[in-house]
Amino acid sequence: MMTESVLYSTLLLTLLGGIAAAVLYFVSKKFYVYENPMITEIEDILPAANCAGCGSPGCKSFAEKLVNTEDISDLFCPVGGNDVMNLVAEVLGKEVTEKDPTVAVMRCQGSCDVRPKTTEYQGPKSCAISAMIYSGETDCQYGCLGDGDCVIACKFDAMYMDKNTNLPVIITDKCTSCGACVEACPRDIIEMRPKNKKDLKIFVSCMNEDKGGIAKRACEVACIGCSKCDDICPKDAITMVNNLAYIDPVLCTLCRKCVPVCPTNSIIETNFPPPKVKKVKTNVKEKDEPVKSKTNA
Amino acid sequence: MLKTFPKGGVHPHENKLTSAKAIKKMPVPKVVYVPISQHIGIPSIIVVERKNKVAIGQVIAKSGGYVSSNIHSPVAGTVTKLDKIIDSSGYKKQCIVIRTDAKNSSNFDEIKFPLKEEILLTPSEILQQITKCGIVGLGGATFPSHVKLILKEDNKIDFLIINGVECEPYLTADHRLMLEKADEIIVGIKILMFALHIKKVVIGIENNKKDAIALFKKLLKNEDRIKIAALKVKYPQGSEKQLVKAILKREVPKNGLPLDVGVIVHNVGTVFAIYEAIQYNKPLIERVVTVTGKKLKNPSNYWVKIGTPIKDLIEEVGGVPEETRKIVNGGPMMGKAIKNTDMPVTKGTSGILVISKEEASRKEVENCIRCGECIFVCPMGLEPFLLMNLCERGMYKRASIEDIMTCIECGSCSYVCPSNRPLLDYIRFGKNIARKLETVKN
Repeated sequence: MMTESVLYSTLLLTLLGGIAAAVLYFVSKKFYVYENPMITEIEDILPAANCAGCGSPGCKSFAEKLVNTEDISDLFCPVGGNDVMNLVAEVLGKEVTEKDPTVAVMRCQGSCDVRPKTTEYQGPKSCAISAMIYSGETDCQYGCLGDGDCVIACKFDAMYMDKNTNLPVIITDKCTSCGACVEACPRDIIEMRPKNKKDLKIFVSCMNEDKGGIAKRACEVACIGCSKCDDICPKDAITMVNNLAYIDPVLCTLCRKCVPVCPTNSIIETNFPPPKVKKVKTNVKEKDEPVKSKTNA
Repeated sequence: MLKTFPKGGVHPHENKLTSAKAIKKMPVPKVVYVPISQHIGIPSIIVVERKNKVAIGQVIAKSGGYVSSNIHSPVAGTVTKLDKIIDSSGYKKQCIVIRTDAKNSSNFDEIKFPLKEEILLTPSEILQQITKCGIVGLGGATFPSHVKLILKEDNKIDFLIINGVECEPYLTADHRLMLEKADEIIVGIKILMFALHIKKVVIGIENNKKDAIALFKKLLKNEDRIKIAALKVKYPQGSEKQLVKAILKREVPKNGLPLDVGVIVHNVGTVFAIYEAIQYNKPLIERVVTVTGKKLKNPSNYWVKIGTPIKDLIEEVGGVPEETRKIVNGGPMMGKAIKNTDMPVTKGTSGILVISKEEASRKEVENCIRCGECIFVCPMGLEPFLLMNLCERGMYKRASIEDIMTCIECGSCSYVCPSNRPLLDYIRFGKNIARKLETVKN
């Protein structure tokens, strides 16, 4: 009795399993969808960050796009950079163009001590909402709102809010230039600029388009549109639009002549070795006395 | 049984501190700042230049399109500059700065406008005159009035509703206007009836303005065509859709206008402005503003020239009291806190509300407890908690499907929420994004 029931149930289950396997086999053959094996291969090469920095919703769809498009020279994975794109090109046998790596820069240095608060915002902590309601807690209607939408948008932990300045800080080594923060910022403060060698950068860290007096009153380090940098630039890389200077990263040769002339210190240089600065100072001293005092300031 | 709209609504403390204070004339300011975008629609185009002399009532910015409006100089004086000033959007916008000519008597003369009942213009002339005088809806939305009055052939209008509800707490501008200018308002209504060929008019007044109801009933004893509807006190009854539903029991379709159900709604302030424009050719250069707040020394109602800085108004009632947290342009429910008091009074400013620290602070936001209060009070039958959650997570398409665009932004949901959730902030944000998505789609 006991052995019989064990036997029957085992047989029944085996039979059911067999039928199910047969059905599954036929269905999988009948409804087989062909997928280019290259897609999986490319997907394995891609960084699997799914950041949408390339324009596709995720790495899988970008891989499909890479395989299915004839000319992939304008497609680029910002996270993987040139290395990944070269690998992809090798596998697919297509051509890619080399691109200079870029990195996000923050074009506002209006921290709490240089940009005094004139109002208080109590609404939901989101830059997008406070930008919709009004021009922010300070008198500058172009600068950082400090609610950290960009930090939330960053999927690579490359940004954090500095508690003392209430401004976001970009960790350049972690930044993959996916562009999520640029999209998230309602004020268009964050810009993608070429990384250059050793991450050397010079840029105008201000977005204030107001006239000089108004800008300076709202923020001590605002660009006041004095055009001094524009006059001194040997390569015409600086343009003045709406009382605001902008340094073209392509034309700029990183000569740093514009940095000391800025009366409000709104032009920032990053990662230049400090000894060189001393040398520049001595050079300036020999040539012209008054400029030196500005360099020190 | 008093009429009201059936769905939702709240009844905040009325706090009508100034309802017994007669409307005073605000002294003419030394400098006026006239923004060029004071109405819904396309900003007006500036037609004056620096150092131009302007007369009182002269057009200084002309209508920029169909849904736009003329702007007139509120004072006689000189244009000192075309500058930018922060307006109620919180951003700097173009404005015309005019210095008042202290010697020009037209600025200070008290002109008496005796009641003039006879209507001399034809309907099309009336429409032209309203367009010319830059009349916009003075209830708060500032929708150009001539647009409401131009009817297409298939529009069959049988009712005109005059909005004297003033459901916002604190504000009493319309109430005082109804008490002091009742005869003029009735002539204004007759002008509109004549221009639109409408036979039936209802004036909707909330029951907390019993004196205004009694006055209009007395004046309209022999008039069959104009009726008074006393309404139960409930916010947001002043909204067009809710008012039509309350008075006529007609449901305005979603994304539609009262025009679709054969009704035109005008605010009492607008009707008075139309009366002055038609009978005395006076453009919209001043309006009634309630300056109020519990801590103010002498809150009151004022006739204020458009472009008067708000700080002048607050000085007039005794200065900013200590411990002031917010100054609001409009009422406490729909109004918007202003960034600084340099901001001028515009055509849409119905009140200036000064709120103290203990009244204004937002409490700590807690989790949604699914009590459903916001659904219960929403006059449009929406689910505010759902819309907020969707907007918070960036699901704007789904929010569009859930009819986020029909929200009238009355703020009843934020008012009742026991967890102090900023429902309206998120819904407003979501509406902006949904609107952008729709325009992209089209």
